[in-house]
This record gives sequence, C-alpha cells and structure tokens, in this order.
Amino acid sequence: MIYESIRMSLMNIRKNKLRSVLTMLGIVIGVASIIALITIVQGATNNISNEVIKLGGNKIYVNVFGTPLKQGLTQHDAEQIAALGNISGVSPTISGKTAVIYKNKVLEDIVIEGKNEVYFKADPELLSSGRAINILDLESRNQVAIIGSDIVRELFFGINPIGEKIIVNGMTYTVIGTLKASTGFSLGSTNDTVIIPYTTALRSLVVKNISTLDAYLKDTNLADQTILEIKGILNQAFNYNEDAYNIYNMGDIIASFQSIMSMMSMLLAGIAAISLVVGGIGIMNMMLVSITERTIEIGLRKALGATPFAIRLQFIIESIILSLIGGIIGLIMGALLSYLLAVIIGIGVSVSLSTNLLAVGFSASVGIIFGYMPARKASRLNPIDALRSL
Amino acid sequence: MSEVVIMKNICKSYIVGDQEIQVLKNINLTVKEGEFVSILGPSGSGKTTLMNIIGCLDVPTSGEYVLCGNDISEMNEIELARVRNEKIGFVFQSFFLLPRLTAIQNVELPLVYSNIPQKERRIKAAEMLARVGLSDKMHNLPNQLSGGQQQRVAIARALVTGPSIILADEPTGALDQKTGAGIIEYFEKLNAEGRTIIIITHDISVARHAQRTVNILDGNLTEGAVL
Repeated sequence: MIYESIRMSLMNIRKNKLRSVLTMLGIVIGVASIIALITIVQGATNNISNEVIKLGGNKIYVNVFGTPLKQGLTQHDAEQIAALGNISGVSPTISGKTAVIYKNKVLEDIVIEGKNEVYFKADPELLSSGRAINILDLESRNQVAIIGSDIVRELFFGINPIGEKIIVNGMTYTVIGTLKASTGFSLGSTNDTVIIPYTTALRSLVVKNISTLDAYLKDTNLADQTILEIKGILNQAFNYNEDAYNIYNMGDIIASFQSIMSMMSMLLAGIAAISLVVGGIGIMNMMLVSITERTIEIGLRKALGATPFAIRLQFIIESIILSLIGGIIGLIMGALLSYLLAVIIGIGVSVSLSTNLLAVGFSASVGIIFGYMPARKASRLNPIDALRSL
Repeated sequence: MSEVVIMKNICKSYIVGDQEIQVLKNINLTVKEGEFVSILGPSGSGKTTLMNIIGCLDVPTSGEYVLCGNDISEMNEIELARVRNEKIGFVFQSFFLLPRLTAIQNVELPLVYSNIPQKERRIKAAEMLARVGLSDKMHNLPNQLSGGQQQRVAIARALVTGPSIILADEPTGALDQKTGAGIIEYFEKLNAEGRTIIIITHDISVARHAQRTVNILDGNLTEGAVL
C-alpha cells in the first residue's frame, strides 16, 4: 500500500507540475539557505579558530600598563615568572616605534619588538627565511633583526635581505631572518614589524620596560593556579596595584570565542529555519487545495474500502515526497551556493554529512508536520458527502 | 437461500438547523442470496440514504442491520471500511473512475485496500475486464472510453473483490437508452450466475428487469410496487 501511495503521489505531483514546483520552491529556498549559512559560518569559524589557536591555547598573556613609578616589567620580573613550576618558557615583548633606514631608504613609524628565543620556538612557522633569535643573541645582546614581509618588500625589493645592514634608532643591525606574511584574517599581524633580541632592545630602545609577556604553560589544566602565582609576582612588582596589569588565559579566550561562533551559527540556522516553516505552510496550502479538488476521489476510495489510515497515509506520503524532493534540490543548491561564496570570500568550506542529514531530515519532518493536518482532514471526509459533491 | 441483508426498523434522521428531518421511517427489508432487487423511488424519497446504509457508507440512527451475518450498527469506521471492501461492490451513476488511472488500474483499486500483492491484483483485474468484454481497452484512460465502456469498467471494479452484493445507484442514469439497456442486460446476466444485485433507481423501465421491486416514498418502504 505504501508503494501504491508513493506511485499515486508521484503521479499527482507530475500532473500539477507548475503548482508542485512552486510549492517545493519554499522548501528549496529554506533548505538551501540553512545549508549555505551553516556551511559558511562553520567555514569562517574554523578559519578564525585556527588563527586564534595559532596565538596559543597554552599561553597566558600578561599586558602591563605599569605605575608612574615603574612603567613595565624588568628582566628580573620576567625571569621570576619563567621560574614558576608550570611555566615552560616566557616570551617578553618590549615594543617601541622608530624609523628604520636601509641605505638611502627610510621607513617611519615602524614597530620594533624585542623578543626572545621562546617566541620563535612556540611557533616554528613564523619564519619565512633565515634564522630565529637564539640564546647567544640574547646573552651577548647581538644587534640582529628579523623583519616583516612588508618591510622586506619596501626596503629590499629584489634583494635578499639576509646579511644586509639596517639602522634602527641609530644603531646598525644585521638582518638574520624574515617573517612569513600573515593572512588577512590574522590577528596581530607582524607584516611591518622588526624583531630584535629583547636584551638588545632593553639597552637600545627608548622604552626600557617589558610591556607584554607571554607565559607558556606546561599543563593547561593548572592554568588557574598558575595565573594566581603570576598575579603574586606582579602584585609584588607593582606594589599590589591591580590596575597596573591584565592577565588573560588564551585558552579561555579561545573557548569563549568558539562558543560565540557556534551560537552565531545556531542563530543563523534558526533564522533560515523560519523560511523552511514558510515553505511548509506552502505545502500545507497545496495539500488542502489538492484535497478539495480530489474530494470525489477520496470518497470513492473510501467506498471501495480505504480505511481512514490508508487515506491519511496517501496524503502524508504525498506531502513528504514534495518536501523531500524540495529538500534534495535545496541541498544541492545550498552546497553549490556555499562553494561559490567560499570562493568569493576566500575561506575553505566543506558541506558535512551531518548538515546534509539535518537538511533532509528537516524537510521530511516539514512534510510530516504540515502534511498531517490536511491528511487528517481528508481521512475524516464523509464518503457520502464526498461522492455527492459532484 | 440465506439472507444477505436483514434490516429491522431502520430509521435515519438528520438535524437541519433546529429541525429533525426523518428520512427513513421504520424500514424493514430482507434480501436473500441470489436475488435481483430494485428499490424504486422518486428523488427525495430517501432511496439514496437507504442505499448508503445498505452500502455501509452511513449508519442508521436506530434499528438493526445485519449484512452477511455481521451486525453493522456496532461497527467502527475501520471495520466498516473492511466490510465495504469485502462484501459490497458499488456501481455509481457517474461511474467515478479515477481519471489518471488506466482501466486496469481502476479495477485493481479495491484490491489495493485488501492488501493483495500487485501481481495477483493484475491477474484478477485483467480477468474481470475480460469478463466485461474490455480486454483490448485495459490500458486506456477513462476519457478514452465511451460511457458504456466506462460503466463496464466500473462493474468490473465492483466485481473484482468477489462481493456478496452488487449495489448499483442509478447505473443507467448517465447513459443513453440503448447503452443503458446493455448495462441492465449485463446485470441480469450476473444475476443468472448467482450474484445478489440491488439496483436503486427512479426509472420504472429499469426496475422492471428485477425479480422483485420495493417502493420507497417519503421514507416508507412498501413491497411489490405497481410497475
């Protein structure tokens, strides 16, 4: 009987081609927009998450404002934090802005950052060419520099910068490496930064203090405990003035960022689901019209021995088929749309199996939900009234 | 001969507004197996209501109706559907063939609801169409058939489940006289084979072909009509 109902439904859908297509359109648009939205938001989330994770989930970020008496952390403070049990290394940053000169070319307002070897060890993909700052550079306060991709382009166009000499703040530095260009999505771009050993920076830059410090955790589960320990050291350094610094656990930031993004994705899918509901109402409308047109058929089927269940089944199957066909077309269109958008925006996307199942399941349930009321109406038709309606 | 239809004191009334209209008044009717009965009455006499009750499409307000030993007044909608499917073959005035189904698919339709597998349905339906002389029109749509042919398809559909009664409501009403006469002749042939046939009509010339005629007028049934 189910097979028979499916055959009858396809026959009816084919007979009212234009009407069926228009009705399906609601479902097609609904499913396509759900798929496209979920896929794009997921793709964007993954992209941004990867960038954020690159910043380090195992990192505690200390930002120091200082007090009038003490404007930042000293090398001694940094070493104290590095000596904590759960800290594998610290990467202090001393930053200032100054001009960079190469031969007769001058770049104004370039960010100069003093860093240590830990910074480069934490992310081995930082360098594009040359070598990183090592412990020897730090100990002997070598005048060496690693330069960002924009600076390479502007000062060394067509020249290999490694081994060249640049003048920063009146002192000569040898370029030992270049940084990889960071992508458009990257947070904290280093494209126009010059990195020098922080010990060298402490001596040569106007700024004599460490302004930020990344502390790398051995065990991220103990992050809260370690933060308390770092706070203790900072409180001593700044005489218990808690306004002098901020401590962020990057792991927490990443987690809250990801939860915001997944909420966004749910929200957008919810908005798209509204269009699916509108599509469902379209299907219900068509089913009701169809039942009115087929009153005699229903009456006749009942006279020939169709139970109310059999009638209900026939109409529900018809509405499920309508919405499933719409769902599948929507799935294909949604996938195409996401790939198209992905190419335009420039992010990687993949339509996941779970999204597909969600869309197909969603459209089938729309068929059941919005088909039920008309089907029940049909099954309750009195066969006498139905046959008399001619 | 056993009784196929036993009706005792059947009443049917409808409530229209705040008025109760009695359509059938204390109907007593017995139809034996193999009988050819015509129920004759003008329009508005209650004959369609009576047919609906005989055909289990409607239930009486009061009274007792036993069809082939089953008490109909006690049945729910699902049981009634099964009785209609197994015991009754309907033939309607305007045929009621489904326009998108071919002749053979129309004949198969009642078998779909008795859960008979498709192959068997095909065979039975083809057999029935052959009996009404339409083997060559099996795959035609109803609108490719003449009125008489359509009514023969409808008769094949009524016969295909092997019902206890053939219930025909004005079966010649939509046909010209000659074609109608052919259909009535066919009913006589079926009756000769032992089928129980009840024809509801307002046409005396149709009723005359039956072995027995009952008259219905204003909801009252009287045996042995004056023809």
